[in-house]
Amino acid sequence: MSIFYFIIQQTMIFSIPLLVVALGALFSERSGVTNIAMEGIMILGAFAGVLFMKYVQPILPGQPVFILSLLVAGITGMIVSLLHAYASINMNADQTISGTAINTFAPAFAIYTARIIQQVQQVSFINQFQIKEVPILSKIPILGGMFFKNAYISTYIGVLILVVSWFLLYKTKFGLRLRACGEFPQAADSVGVNVYKIRYAGVIISGLLGGMGGLIFVVPTSVNFNASVAGYGFLAIAVLIFGQWKPMKIFFAAIFFGLMKTLASAYSTIPFMVALNIPTNFYKMAPYIATIIVLIFTSKNSQAPKACGTPYDKEQR
Amino acid sequence: MQKKTSNLHAKFNAFVSTEGFKSFASSIMAIIFGLAVGFVMLIFANSKYAFDGLIALLTGGFADGMKSLGNVFYLATPIIMTGLSVGFAFKTGLFNIGGSGQYLVGAFVGIYISATWTFIPSSVLWIVALAGSALAGALWAFVPGLLKATRNVNEVITAIMMNYIGVYLVNHLIPLSPIYDSTRNQTVPPRSYIPRAGLDLIFPDSSISASILIAIACVVIVYIVLNKTTFGYELKACGYNQNAGKYAGINEKKCIILSMVIAGALSGLAGGLAHLANTGKYISVVDVLPQDGFDGIAVALLGLSNPGGIFLAGTFIAYLRQGGFFMQRYGYVTEVINIIIATIIYCSAFSAAFKNILTKIKSKKNNKEQKKVAGEEK
Repeated sequence: MSIFYFIIQQTMIFSIPLLVVALGALFSERSGVTNIAMEGIMILGAFAGVLFMKYVQPILPGQPVFILSLLVAGITGMIVSLLHAYASINMNADQTISGTAINTFAPAFAIYTARIIQQVQQVSFINQFQIKEVPILSKIPILGGMFFKNAYISTYIGVLILVVSWFLLYKTKFGLRLRACGEFPQAADSVGVNVYKIRYAGVIISGLLGGMGGLIFVVPTSVNFNASVAGYGFLAIAVLIFGQWKPMKIFFAAIFFGLMKTLASAYSTIPFMVALNIPTNFYKMAPYIATIIVLIFTSKNSQAPKACGTPYDKEQR
Repeated sequence: MQKKTSNLHAKFNAFVSTEGFKSFASSIMAIIFGLAVGFVMLIFANSKYAFDGLIALLTGGFADGMKSLGNVFYLATPIIMTGLSVGFAFKTGLFNIGGSGQYLVGAFVGIYISATWTFIPSSVLWIVALAGSALAGALWAFVPGLLKATRNVNEVITAIMMNYIGVYLVNHLIPLSPIYDSTRNQTVPPRSYIPRAGLDLIFPDSSISASILIAIACVVIVYIVLNKTTFGYELKACGYNQNAGKYAGINEKKCIILSMVIAGALSGLAGGLAHLANTGKYISVVDVLPQDGFDGIAVALLGLSNPGGIFLAGTFIAYLRQGGFFMQRYGYVTEVINIIIATIIYCSAFSAAFKNILTKIKSKKNNKEQKKVAGEEK
């Protein structure tokens, strides 16, 4: 049973950053702007967050510094995403260009800045954020062991973001307008929706969540930040497509992928999987192969936002 | 006499208003802006040597004369190839983000063949090895192409997945094969190298080899295929509008698959060219994707997806990287170069806007001239 709890806890560590970042990209793409800059946004968000954490931790230990760092990471992500928004919304540029530029810029800038500030490129922090047991809730049978022991506060924040995203997208006027801008912006414009403003909002939300997601990824898996989020930004885009641009499906896609990742990295603790005698690298491949197989059966009716990737041109109305 | 000059003037005007010139001018603007940002970065890092650092960066490609220039071409070879790969797929409306995986499996197969197929004389073995590299890359890109064409699976996500599958598969296969150097956890040197083809006489002591000639040949072939053949026309037609292509009787499924396969072969070949160039390059057994595939995206975008532009863009980025070695002497991190490259790519996103400005300036001038002519006639 303890192995089962361990797997669930680990799955959360892999899944939540994917979920948060994919939800970020969701807002951008549902508004009609492709955002392959998520990797770069994650890197700069995590960088700013960890740097803040490093210097504030001695003064303010415990969970508050984590939450403040998440805010710093999110705001940094928003600032970076403005670059993407300006190029793809105001300048009608090809949306992969500024995304690629940001992905190239982010790790270079993080290393450059780290070297100026503290001579070495790795930014270290003290990981004091694991919650051994959440009071009361951890006493719930089964569920307590799964979700309320050895957890990170970011897990709950991630779930909260999921609920808020779903509500925002499907239950508010803003969400309806955002989706309209991604499907048929000319129609949205004809009824008085400012397509440019809505798309800006979409991209900025993606920056906020991307930056936070970067830090959420780094904190439980490491004690220093080395200008990389190991391709998780690209994986998050894969999760977004896998989840058919819908919040709940993205949630399941992220959990599926996180679970596969966990099984791949922790299989040596599971007697039955060791007994199978499959080489480590095949376990590592499994999440990616499984994703492809699932996609083969689910992609026939792709739900991609129709106007995603095309700059809005008023004259095409 | 006056007629002659006005004729020249007209010719110049015609040249200035061509699409090509406008693209070129906007690229130059982007480069100047990128370098300015780089200079600011150097000033922030250490203002004392900023100017020396910038000069070192800009002249590094010539610092040791032909040797440095030879190294520029050596560094440019793989990224020109991955740039071609990404650019080729772009033309068919596909985004090949899987260049890194294709590059890696290409490198692995190339090293494997060149180190173990001893039954082939080593003078021609490198050709077989490179063919193997291209095939491996093609196979790796075939999967996203096939799934896109037959099952409508987004090629971006499949290519990302194939990148990781490639890393883990290569990491699995290297230790099992005779090309493993277990003490260093990397591959052994190949047995047959790409010949120098006399280039080492022009560029003495540099790492240059016939790789760059193969890359140039690929640039020319891709140009011809895209612009001078029916097949290339069909590929581009599918890229512009899939439905229109279908209506015109083009088999768009075939186009998607072939476009990806060719793109993959180019990236796979990039891996082979980089690792068989006799410079001691090896594959480390680590869970990290090679950067060259992602660099290809930058090169393709900078080169506006045109083969000639990609060649220039790849050479330019390699030139900056070569300059970066010399810039390090002043204590600057080479990351400044990637910041410059990122800025240039970002600015190139504005090329459409910049072209509009140029067109406007032109048309204003023309209006004035027309008014002048009209006035004279009166």
